[in-house]
Amino acid sequence: MAMALKLEPEKCTGCLQCEMACSYENEGVFNPAKSRIKVFSFHEEGKFAPYTCTQCEEAWCMHACPVEAIVVDMATGSKNVLEDVCVGCKVCTIACPFGTVNYEPDSGKVIKCDLCGGDPWCAKACPTGAITYVDEADTTYERMRAWAQQAPSAPARFNPPKPKEVQVFER
Amino acid sequence: MAWTGNVLRVNLTNGSIKSEPLNKQWARDYLGQRGLATKYLVEEVDPAVDALSPENKLIMVTGPLTGTMASTGGRYSVVTKSPLTGAVACSNSGGYIGAELKMAGWDMVIFEGRSEKPVYLHIENEDARLLPADEIWGKSVWEADGILHRRHQDPDMRISCVGRAAEAGNLYAAIVNDLHRAAGRSGVGTVMASKHLKAVAVRGSRGVGNIKDPMRFMQATEAGKKVLADNAVTGGGLPQYGTQVLMNVINEMGAMPTRNMREVQFESAHRISGEAMHEPRESDGKPNLTTNAACFACTIACGRISTIDQGHYTVKNKPEYWHASGGLEYEAAWALGSDTGVDDIDALTYGMFLCNEDGIDPISFGATVAAAMELYELGAITKDDTGGLVLTFGSAEALTTCAELTARGEGFGKELGLGSKRLCEKYGHPDLSMTVKGQEFPAYDPRGIQGMGLAYATSNRGACHLRGYTVSSEVLGIPEKTDPLVTEGKPELVKAFQDATAAVDSSGLCVFTTFAWTLDDIAPQIDAACEGEWSSEYLLQVGERIWNLERDFNLRAGLTGKDDTLPKRLRKDAANVGPAQGMVNDVEAMMPRYYAIRGWTEDGRITDETRQRLGL
Repeated sequence: MAMALKLEPEKCTGCLQCEMACSYENEGVFNPAKSRIKVFSFHEEGKFAPYTCTQCEEAWCMHACPVEAIVVDMATGSKNVLEDVCVGCKVCTIACPFGTVNYEPDSGKVIKCDLCGGDPWCAKACPTGAITYVDEADTTYERMRAWAQQAPSAPARFNPPKPKEVQVFER
Repeated sequence: MAWTGNVLRVNLTNGSIKSEPLNKQWARDYLGQRGLATKYLVEEVDPAVDALSPENKLIMVTGPLTGTMASTGGRYSVVTKSPLTGAVACSNSGGYIGAELKMAGWDMVIFEGRSEKPVYLHIENEDARLLPADEIWGKSVWEADGILHRRHQDPDMRISCVGRAAEAGNLYAAIVNDLHRAAGRSGVGTVMASKHLKAVAVRGSRGVGNIKDPMRFMQATEAGKKVLADNAVTGGGLPQYGTQVLMNVINEMGAMPTRNMREVQFESAHRISGEAMHEPRESDGKPNLTTNAACFACTIACGRISTIDQGHYTVKNKPEYWHASGGLEYEAAWALGSDTGVDDIDALTYGMFLCNEDGIDPISFGATVAAAMELYELGAITKDDTGGLVLTFGSAEALTTCAELTARGEGFGKELGLGSKRLCEKYGHPDLSMTVKGQEFPAYDPRGIQGMGLAYATSNRGACHLRGYTVSSEVLGIPEKTDPLVTEGKPELVKAFQDATAAVDSSGLCVFTTFAWTLDDIAPQIDAACEGEWSSEYLLQVGERIWNLERDFNLRAGLTGKDDTLPKRLRKDAANVGPAQGMVNDVEAMMPRYYAIRGWTEDGRITDETRQRLGL
């Protein structure tokens, strides 16, 4: 079963444990500046949102790379940067519509999420379940279910959805 | 290890900036943060100096676990001599800037002297510069924060800043970081402004990597996080209600100081409680609380992010206050609320916003307004003094106008900025000041929680709940329940809490973890990260050493055992209602035993034996 990171901003508290776990696993230091996942804070809206690569099927970054330094990990489906091959041209960072491939000045290469080979540290480190690693076909299942449950036709015996589960659209 | 080993020394008088190696022996003796910076202060500053003179120094300091994955490992402290108390000041803050400073490669920054013109310090890893602050001097913290972020084109830069109150000489000005977190108490912001230092802006991308035993560290921090998650307070009450979880609890036990501590229960506590912050309001159906929020690395997330009702009189035509920001914590809700008798949650939230916007300590501010209200009621302060302001207990308008004036350092706000002690002395009623060593009380009435009376009286920074939070034991039963109404055993309890807390405050961790963690949970995390051996026993010894070092500074600053006391009201006027009805705080009964187990003389001086034992 192919798996994907599921991000639920409404559960995020902005603690940055994910960023530290990511940088520690990939770089051996606690360093948000080198994390492949980033939590954005929208202070005046009281909102935090973790954000990282969604591992596009037809990945722009991969197709744009002139030296074929971005390859598919057949086990996880992640698009990984081969550091030895990457020449640091940054074309992939331009190609990615989501901004989740980033140039890392210290190494002169680009970095992006590789799902930690199928055991993503960010998900393990998240204390609130805002980042989970689930069946890639089901990342929106619970959100659909929450809305479905709210539909007027739903039998009255169902419990109403918890407010937190639907807030993602309200905010 | 875990320390970066680098100290940044900034001389504001001549503009020189130097890097120097951290004193490793002092790190071994005092761990980091509170303890370590106090050691530097004691070695470098004559305790008798005027706190607002160039001879005082101001130290921003991280702990060894700051910037790591240890839960809550993002704290930093500001250590200096306090202009409010004349004692040592050590104010601790969360948010993100502590970790950022560490990531930039610095254990601490020592500010010396005084700049001729307003400046701010910009740190980008090893590159540190003093830059002119003309554009931000005279601005609020919130405004200055926006200007600096735009000027440096760096949304990830973290900023600590003082507001207009500090510039105007308010004696309990805070240093606000990340817009709504603060090194809040004892006027550390006043000292910063006195040096003409407006802000410190930090960007660090070096990371924290030199962990002694990384594998063991990950295991120890993981185990610690599980303990926090499984605990009813840190895993349930705090994320849901914040520290405001305490409002109803403390009120019910008759330990809620009300109307300048004349009473011990607030009839409207339920209207300003953590639960009330969840209630949808009539106007827009939204609750006061928008979300909870964590500081760096914190898996508890007790922070409150709130909004004010847009139709409320305080913000009706002021859309600049319609956004979400740091809301009411328990101490602020109490000081702005029950101590002034105000039960309007939107007015309190507005007051909180102003405290953050311009950097004032909401505890000292609220308690000073409460004292002013009592003076007004007595006729000692009149409308002539207040500029027409009617200061009656329970008046939300009086509170919010006071907040506006004090935050901006204008009009009667300048007098309120002196703090309760100086205000009450000025108007002829020194007994009405609810302070210890000149610092205002926090939200636990010691008539209903006896141990807290001793903790307040002996706190090295004046009245403070965070120097020895025996509430844990006396109210919540952590680590074991003691009777809040008795004095027996309290000296031992207070000492144990004071020493353990001094160690926690020196680690980079948040003291709120101790609702769930004991030193046995903390020591393995420090031990895995830091050079040397760090057992619970050694941490307690470090804590005791820090406590005595702070005490020594205070004694040399001119304080004596006579200052280890409580206002007459708490010693003579019995609680009027509740479980503690008829009781006063019997601090005199506890003091001799406390001095004895501290190894101090009968008049509170540190004996040579104690100095020798602790290596002072």
